[in-house]
Amino acid sequence: MTFELFIFYLLASIAVISGVMMISVNNAVKATMWLVLAFIATAGVWIMAQAEFLGLVLILVYVGAVMVLFLFVVMMVDINISAMKEGFTQYLPIGAMAAIAIFAMMYMVLGTEHFGLEVTGVPAGLPEGINNTKSIAIPLYTTHAYAFVLAAVLLLLGIVAAIALTLRRRPTGEVLYQDIDKQVQTLAEDRFRMVKMDSVVEKQVPVKDEGEK
Amino acid sequence: MFDALQAFLSTYLFDWLAILITLVIQAVVVVLPMMLVVAWLTYAERKVIGYMQVRMGPNRVGPIGLLQPIADALKLMTKEVIFPDQANKFLFIIAPVLALAPAVVAWAVIPFGDGLVVSDVNAGVLFVLAASSIVVFGVIIAGWASNSKYAFLGAMRGAAQKISYEIAMGFALVTVLMIAGTMNLTEIVNGQKGGIYHWYLLPLLPMFFVYFIAGLAETNRTPFDVVEGEAEIVAGFHVDYSGMTFGVFMLAEYLMMILISFMTAIMFLGGWLSPFEGIPYLEAAFAWVPQLGWLAFKVSFLLFVFLWLRATFPRYRYDQLMRLGWKVLIPVTIVWVFVVGAMKYFDFGPWFN
Amino acid sequence: MGRFLRHQIKTWGLTELFKGMALTGKYLFKRKITVRYPEEKTPMSPRFRGHHALRRYENGEERCIACKLCEAVCPANAITIESEEREDGTRRTTQYDIDMFKCIYCGFCEEACPVDAVVETRVFEYEFHERGPHIMTKDKLLAFGDKHEDQIAADRAVDAKYR
Repeated sequence: MTFELFIFYLLASIAVISGVMMISVNNAVKATMWLVLAFIATAGVWIMAQAEFLGLVLILVYVGAVMVLFLFVVMMVDINISAMKEGFTQYLPIGAMAAIAIFAMMYMVLGTEHFGLEVTGVPAGLPEGINNTKSIAIPLYTTHAYAFVLAAVLLLLGIVAAIALTLRRRPTGEVLYQDIDKQVQTLAEDRFRMVKMDSVVEKQVPVKDEGEK
Repeated sequence: MFDALQAFLSTYLFDWLAILITLVIQAVVVVLPMMLVVAWLTYAERKVIGYMQVRMGPNRVGPIGLLQPIADALKLMTKEVIFPDQANKFLFIIAPVLALAPAVVAWAVIPFGDGLVVSDVNAGVLFVLAASSIVVFGVIIAGWASNSKYAFLGAMRGAAQKISYEIAMGFALVTVLMIAGTMNLTEIVNGQKGGIYHWYLLPLLPMFFVYFIAGLAETNRTPFDVVEGEAEIVAGFHVDYSGMTFGVFMLAEYLMMILISFMTAIMFLGGWLSPFEGIPYLEAAFAWVPQLGWLAFKVSFLLFVFLWLRATFPRYRYDQLMRLGWKVLIPVTIVWVFVVGAMKYFDFGPWFN
Repeated sequence: MGRFLRHQIKTWGLTELFKGMALTGKYLFKRKITVRYPEEKTPMSPRFRGHHALRRYENGEERCIACKLCEAVCPANAITIESEEREDGTRRTTQYDIDMFKCIYCGFCEEACPVDAVVETRVFEYEFHERGPHIMTKDKLLAFGDKHEDQIAADRAVDAKYR
């Protein structure tokens, strides 16, 4: 067994086990952490297949951003685990059937007779000095430039839509907002005035003797 | 050197075992000095901040307090680790590890000199960015697993802050990549050869500041340490941590600080290149300084700035922090991406060739 | 317009950032004011309120007459006094305890005392590692007073004209 094969099997088994754990663990936060582990192991496999750009972007985007936001939501959800378990046996047959159906469909497409080194042929290893990032970038920005821009516009649309849906603008009379730009632009002379005054000594008032009480 | 070691080992052992042992030795060679740097960085921090506050700082353990970090480490290691009631024990323990591991992993691609790197990855910049983006899991999981509302609030703040500033950080790196034309850290430094005005500091001056400020926010250092906020949320995500579990969080934070300083030095300040390159007499006069020496000098200056900023500025309010990240830093970086594009198009200055 | 320009320069030139850092940078090289405590000590006032003591007259007679004014004035209820008639017919304390854990070192007992018997001394470097020794009994307080009488007398003399 070569070292690369050893690492591959290690990462692959981590990915599979964490994938199974992710769907079988009750605690939502733990499930998310298993998913993170699955992502990282998958990224490792991709990097081993000389797709280091994709692997690192998977970590950067999915683990570093998407899963963090996911955790953000999941952490705040208060899930009653016993209530969730209630219908488990009742829906088990349907669930199992769905799982088998999906597995069968995937097997039909990705099975050994359609997908494998014998069918697709052994991919030629990248020669030394070829930059994986560059080889992704060139088709992305030349032949597929319009699709790329379209995807970017779609994402922007998604952001705008999400903000428009959640933005709750209340009249300024109802809620007080701070305008930080305005606060920052304030100068000292806007807020106070230096007054030049002659110093005046107040006349001493004699202490009145109140006498015996 | 390590190739020879691996060849030597593989004559006695399995090939894969030999590679594994070599890798472990390489990791130790890089990580161990970094841990020592972390130890004395904590000492430097206390000393520098003390001096700026007209105090002495630690001066009891050893000569001028130089053994203080060892005493601190011993204290943390011998203290009891307390598990809060109803805390999720597994995640509670795993959280500090999640914080430390990515901070250690990133050192695999950092070059300490020309060719002095564990793994010369093509996408080195991306690797460091990816590693530093995982650090936030430690904070989030710690906050959630502690079963404490203060820790939880700290974790929420940390998550939002890190995601926000990561964007600015990524964009600042994009400008560097546009000039350098590569994501390999060694090649980025070599692209800055030829004197101090060849450094990317000059064409990317605003990006230098943006990167450093975003780095401060990424490491939760003082103007941006709302994650810890002693005043409002007692100590944020690590309220319930004690002993070495707490120590590991500190280790991760300082390791990230050093990492950010290394990245800034490599990408903007010419890495291990001498600042006197091309200057007639000074170049010869400073020829004796090794590459690692210049890099260490630049990194220590940046680390000093980290401490300097901590001694100078009060903490940002949370909404101001978000405003700075989203409304100031990100627009500035996007504008500068176009400026760099224009500079590249017109072959402006000595940086594009 | 001038105002706008000034603001832009201030914002993008990071002037406030550099101003702040210049200030702390200046203090980095200032002389440090730290007092390295066990070796160096700050000057102490004769009115310093530290460890308690019971004093005696020159002839060795204890000053305390068990008037219990200090017990009454003590805001922390730290003082406990029991008294009895002595063989020579004078009233003396049989028990004079100060609970050092309760004491807040306000100095009221010293001010209330008509015969300058109970005083607070300059000694502040003492500690208790368990319960028990923290109750200062009459014997201990008298012995403490005997030990530090010179210092106590000198401090009272300096302060006498303000009393």
